[in-house]
Amino acid sequence: MEDTSIPRIEMSGITKLFPGVKALQNVDLCIYPGEVHALLGENGAGKSTLIKIMTGALPTDEGKIRLDGQAIVLNSTVDAQKLGISTVYQEVNLIPAMSVAKNMTLQRQPTRFGLINWAAARNLARKRLKQLSLDIDLERPVGSYSIAIQQLVAIARALEDNTKVLVLDEPTASLDAGETNALFEVIRDLKSRGIAIVFITHFLDQVYEISDRITVLRNGQLVGTSMAKDLPRLDLIKQMIGRELEQAEGQLTKRSTDNLGEPVIVAKGLGCKRVIEPFDLNIRAGEVVGLAGLLGSGRTETAKLIFGALPSDSGTLTMNGEVVTNNSPRQSLGRDIAFCPEDRKEEGLVGELSIRENIILSLQAKNGWLKQLSYDEQERLADEMIKALAIATPDMDKPVNQLSGGNQQKVVLARALVSDPKLLILDEPTRGIDVGAHAEIVMLIRRLCSQGMALLVASSELDEIVAVSDRVAVLRDHKQIGEIAGDEVTREKIIGMIASG
Amino acid sequence: MSTDITLSTRLRALAGYRATWPLLALAAIFIVDGFISPGFYDIRIVEGRLFGSVIDIFYRAMPTAIVALGMAVVIGTKGIDLSVGSVVAICGAVIAWRIHEGDSHFVILFLALGTGLLCGLWNGFLVAVLNIQPIIATLILMVSGRGIGLLVNQFYGGTDPSFESALLQGLSVGHIWLIPTRLIVGVGVFIALWFLIRRTALGLFIEAVGGNTSAANLAGVNARLIIFSAYLIAGLCAGIAGVILTADTHTSDPVSVALYIELDAILAVVIGGGSLAGGRIYLGMTVIGALIIQALTTSILISGLPPEYNLVVKAVVVLFVLLLQSQNARNAVWGLFSWRKS
Ligand SMILES: Nc1ncnc2c1ncn2[C@@H]1O[C@H](COP(=O)(O)OP(=O)(O)OP(=O)(O)O)[C@@H](O)[C@H]1O
Ligand SMILES: [Mg+2]
Repeated sequence: MEDTSIPRIEMSGITKLFPGVKALQNVDLCIYPGEVHALLGENGAGKSTLIKIMTGALPTDEGKIRLDGQAIVLNSTVDAQKLGISTVYQEVNLIPAMSVAKNMTLQRQPTRFGLINWAAARNLARKRLKQLSLDIDLERPVGSYSIAIQQLVAIARALEDNTKVLVLDEPTASLDAGETNALFEVIRDLKSRGIAIVFITHFLDQVYEISDRITVLRNGQLVGTSMAKDLPRLDLIKQMIGRELEQAEGQLTKRSTDNLGEPVIVAKGLGCKRVIEPFDLNIRAGEVVGLAGLLGSGRTETAKLIFGALPSDSGTLTMNGEVVTNNSPRQSLGRDIAFCPEDRKEEGLVGELSIRENIILSLQAKNGWLKQLSYDEQERLADEMIKALAIATPDMDKPVNQLSGGNQQKVVLARALVSDPKLLILDEPTRGIDVGAHAEIVMLIRRLCSQGMALLVASSELDEIVAVSDRVAVLRDHKQIGEIAGDEVTREKIIGMIASG
Repeated sequence: MSTDITLSTRLRALAGYRATWPLLALAAIFIVDGFISPGFYDIRIVEGRLFGSVIDIFYRAMPTAIVALGMAVVIGTKGIDLSVGSVVAICGAVIAWRIHEGDSHFVILFLALGTGLLCGLWNGFLVAVLNIQPIIATLILMVSGRGIGLLVNQFYGGTDPSFESALLQGLSVGHIWLIPTRLIVGVGVFIALWFLIRRTALGLFIEAVGGNTSAANLAGVNARLIIFSAYLIAGLCAGIAGVILTADTHTSDPVSVALYIELDAILAVVIGGGSLAGGRIYLGMTVIGALIIQALTTSILISGLPPEYNLVVKAVVVLFVLLLQSQNARNAVWGLFSWRKS
């Protein structure tokens, strides 16, 4: 990785304009063989756009790309793959109805006599999944797995043998510590084989753990590239957001749980066969309850069962003192409960609809179809949320799928908040949200809770759970194994419970 | 220099605008017609009603346009309704039968519309409740509907049932002041639907369900009910078209009435910029689409080309409009030109 060697890939003077947005202006990026290069910046800074240009998914307006010193022109992702540039995009692009094995061999199939050699394909798929220590059924449709597993499958798929450059756009956004470590092992191995790796993330710990150099973008412009070891964390944050970060989470003091309000929901023996074993859970007004557990432990299922997105087959659920039968999302919404799903692309947003329409959708559904919110009212609500969550967009009437990943996540959150819930259920709420916005969202939610909103958060990030929760329910293997509250809520305690049961 | 650039970017923006190409296509057809048929734009008053080729295009396009409006709503939910032609046939049979039985014509009008709704109810039940794929679900009624019409005819011994009805024929071939009634009906359907879709939240819900059903469900939209209502609307629209088409010929002819109207309706929606992938409803553009289809048919007739050319020419023009609407195709053409220049 000496500076004298030829860069593996070099992008210079890259400029990209979208209608109303200068996504990139004259950006340079240079990556050497055997280096892990972190690409950082706020939501909407242009990271994904830059790597889409590097991998042929988007044409550049200006600028050049060189691979091993040779100028290259990429017209499609297939071109890039042929040259050895493999990518895992931010929004998982697997085909949900296709099996894991087929998805993994979609881009390049081993053939024999011109026909696809399925046995070889399956072996290859199994080998790659094993590298990530992932043991799943190759024949099951990929869409039936959680978003985290889908992300791992997408990563495994990118581990081509001829890879020279591997680009990972927020690969760890929904992974927990174990899977992240497995991924980092693979990355270190690739690195030792001289592969250049681009790594985008909002987890700064991970940046320092794995990367050699850091490039920061802000508002589509290059702030600079530095050695990771020469750039202290606070300076890095300052480069990213252009100001100092107030330590929001540090200011939070754990509150005593006695002065809380009435229970908003009480679940008794609620469960669903083969999905989650019966559990008890109650949440009182103003309280924050966390759901902690490893991947596949049943966090999402617990949240969905309470919201009515999954049917329960045992136990009772009481909301605001009323026993609920035939629970459904619609009913829950009518009882002032809102839910943010973890998978924003498949379950969260309606991509073609505008930001405004996506934000008001739940509130409108709550009001019913006859009472249409006036345009002015919609505009006011959307504008309020765009300001409160700092959603970066020139125009609220843009289709929501043109937003950057983190900003899309904020829209999902905005929709739930606009419906004015008494209980807010969040599943991986800060997936892909940058450090600055993360702090602001935590503060906002804290404020709402102090005004009496109850909150149920499921997250793979233990630190986030610990930082916000008054009480934590710990899950393992589709089963609730215990509850901790107050001073007991620490990272170590939760890890201990998961490990021992 | 700079004005050059803004002009070209403006043009490109205009080229990307949804309404541009269909409207240009319609205008082009009208202009060509003006050349091949002198007097194309003439509008006369005959027997207290407007007459002329342009009026004729609007007049003939109305049934397809009305059916296409309902189709646009269904396509917005990511569905499709292949049964609309059969629904027209059944409505026609019901009309002839009840007239034969001597019901009040006013009641029959509502019976016909009710039949359309009932057919919509059936389709909606299959798609929304039984979760059958729309293309299969509506294929059932498409295949059986014309047979049902024939059975209704036979049921009271009407082998070749024709009828007279001042009310129904008034709605179809009559006129109010100078304007053909069916134009007024068409405009009425358009306005009513526009209010239903754009002045209530129904449109938003339909587009949300069509764009991403699971997301809409989790956001609290009752996707099942929304899909159901879309098929009801399509059924009702087909019922209205059924009244107009049946009264036009004043017979019930289930075998050949409104043949291929489902294809024209789907085409009208697609020419108007709607995508079969669902998620968007363009009512106004759908009507433009129906007008384009009818204008083409009329032009071929007045040009003196043998009518066999009709379908081929239609296919070519439709392909052209669709290509122009595609960003990729436009880029390719653009690229070809800039390559020539350099
Ligand atoms: N297809 C598109 N059309 C219009 N604007 C777009 C499109 N794709 C991205 N943008 C805009 O370009 C800017 C940069 O987006 P990009 O996705 O590169 O951000 P990012 O740095 O990856 O952010 P995040 O951390 O949220 O993923 C954003 O303002 C976004 O709205
Ligand atoms: Mg991104």
